[in-house]
Amino acid sequence: MKRAAISLPLLLLLSGCGGVQSALDAHGHTAILLKNLIIFVVATCFAVWIIVMLVLLWSLMRRGERQAADDRSLDRRMMIAVSGAVAATALIISVLTIASFYTTRGLDPARHADVTIRVRAQQWWWQFVYQDADPARSFQTANEIHIPVGKDVRVLLESSDVIHSFWVPSLAGKQDLIPGRENILTLRAERPGVYRGQCAEFCGLQHSHMALFVIAEDEERYRQWASAQRKEGLEPREPETVAGKAAFMARQCAACHTIRGTEASGITGPDLTHIGSRHSIAAGLLENTRGSLAAWIADPQTLKPGNNMPIVPLSADELRQISAYMDSLK
Amino acid sequence: MSSTVSGPTFSGAIFSGRAFRLLAAAGLVVGAFAGAAAVGLLRQPRQYRVDPPVSAALEGLRMMPNGIAGAPPEVYFALGQPYEKTAYDLNQGKRLYSWFGCASCHGDGEGGAGPSFLDGWWLYGPSMVSIAASIRDGRPHGMPAFRNKMTIDEIWQLAGYVKAIGAYSAKLTAPSRNDERRTRPAENRAPAAILFDQGAAPVRPEQGPSP
Repeated sequence: MKRAAISLPLLLLLSGCGGVQSALDAHGHTAILLKNLIIFVVATCFAVWIIVMLVLLWSLMRRGERQAADDRSLDRRMMIAVSGAVAATALIISVLTIASFYTTRGLDPARHADVTIRVRAQQWWWQFVYQDADPARSFQTANEIHIPVGKDVRVLLESSDVIHSFWVPSLAGKQDLIPGRENILTLRAERPGVYRGQCAEFCGLQHSHMALFVIAEDEERYRQWASAQRKEGLEPREPETVAGKAAFMARQCAACHTIRGTEASGITGPDLTHIGSRHSIAAGLLENTRGSLAAWIADPQTLKPGNNMPIVPLSADELRQISAYMDSLK
Repeated sequence: MSSTVSGPTFSGAIFSGRAFRLLAAAGLVVGAFAGAAAVGLLRQPRQYRVDPPVSAALEGLRMMPNGIAGAPPEVYFALGQPYEKTAYDLNQGKRLYSWFGCASCHGDGEGGAGPSFLDGWWLYGPSMVSIAASIRDGRPHGMPAFRNKMTIDEIWQLAGYVKAIGAYSAKLTAPSRNDERRTRPAENRAPAAILFDQGAAPVRPEQGPSP
């Protein structure tokens, strides 16, 4: 029992070192460089600590057999020991500084970009606009981006209310999103996978529920995803989803949300054109299922108090139909 | 302890002399500041979630037959008139003002295609219930109905904000500052009163002398 009580916190501590949302689980160009730097610095400092401890132990052990040496030889040995330690310190600090300098230079954001995504952080969700020279090919999504593996993705960071911070630890370091400014970050995933990101600058009540997912996949699958996202929202076929679309347009939903290809064109809330294709809803709060969609639409203020989506009074039928329609927007 | 000691002692000098009075005064001042700080830390309650029965009751605007003035529903007083009194609701009203495009006709309150909120004239009266009804149901000559665009508690929040910028007495609560450049004094400085004093009247000479 006692052993379990001790090992549980240790396990929890260790669980922070791997898996999702960990800088040590590096799969992006920048993150790998940073992880190597962290490991190099920690290993160097650990080696210094070991050496200092060994020298300390050695001097403690030999205290008994100390003899009165003559002053001059003691002075000389002291001189050698102290100048050796000072030289080693200077050398180690210089090496760490140079390593840090070259790592930082390697994070150069000014390289050519294959994909450009404009990120607009809001309380408390992420708006992503995939930019293209041809405006007809640019599209919008929320809280989830797909990127091609091995390609440079330029992320332009903006905020529409307070300061947020874009942090996908497996791919890159943190970068703030500051109202009225544009920051730039370059992402390059070296391996396919799903990488969780999180707002890393306290931004209000629901700061902890402001997550995003970056899905890195091979170029072919990325192209398919992007061309699917460019399309307008799917026209509903079944009676339930048809009724759901009608209810969505008639009620308050359409005033804040956009579904491309319909009259819903609000810009205050996330774009819902392909919400059924996303893995999570409400910025990583819930897994995207029809049930959680219905729960969210029925009472967003209990699930995520303080967010800007009000409780829209709906009948049970309307709720069922609207959530079916949302689920059908693949 | 000190009562048995006769003649001036160190502690006697402290507890009876000027120094003690100064010390006591300083203590009172520090205490008052600490008390004020403690009161300042108390947070004004915020209502994020309006219970569906309450929002259903908030729909019950009791208007006069001419659509001007009337009485808010009882539930509004039972809640403690939050939409006029809490900074959170005023601030949500301010955000709704920009999100729902009020500025495209009413500007920053000074008016444009739509009437001004700062000139002392309320075409349908200055009461909360009239303003809420104007937003919810629309008015002739171009004011659209927001019934199907906003929920009723959002409409009340927005009405509270509109009332605040047109108020003649400064409020104790204020929404947050503008992100954009100001075109008028801040909400908590009663911009309508300031502009009116500067001689904005008579803005509507056809309606007789300004109040």
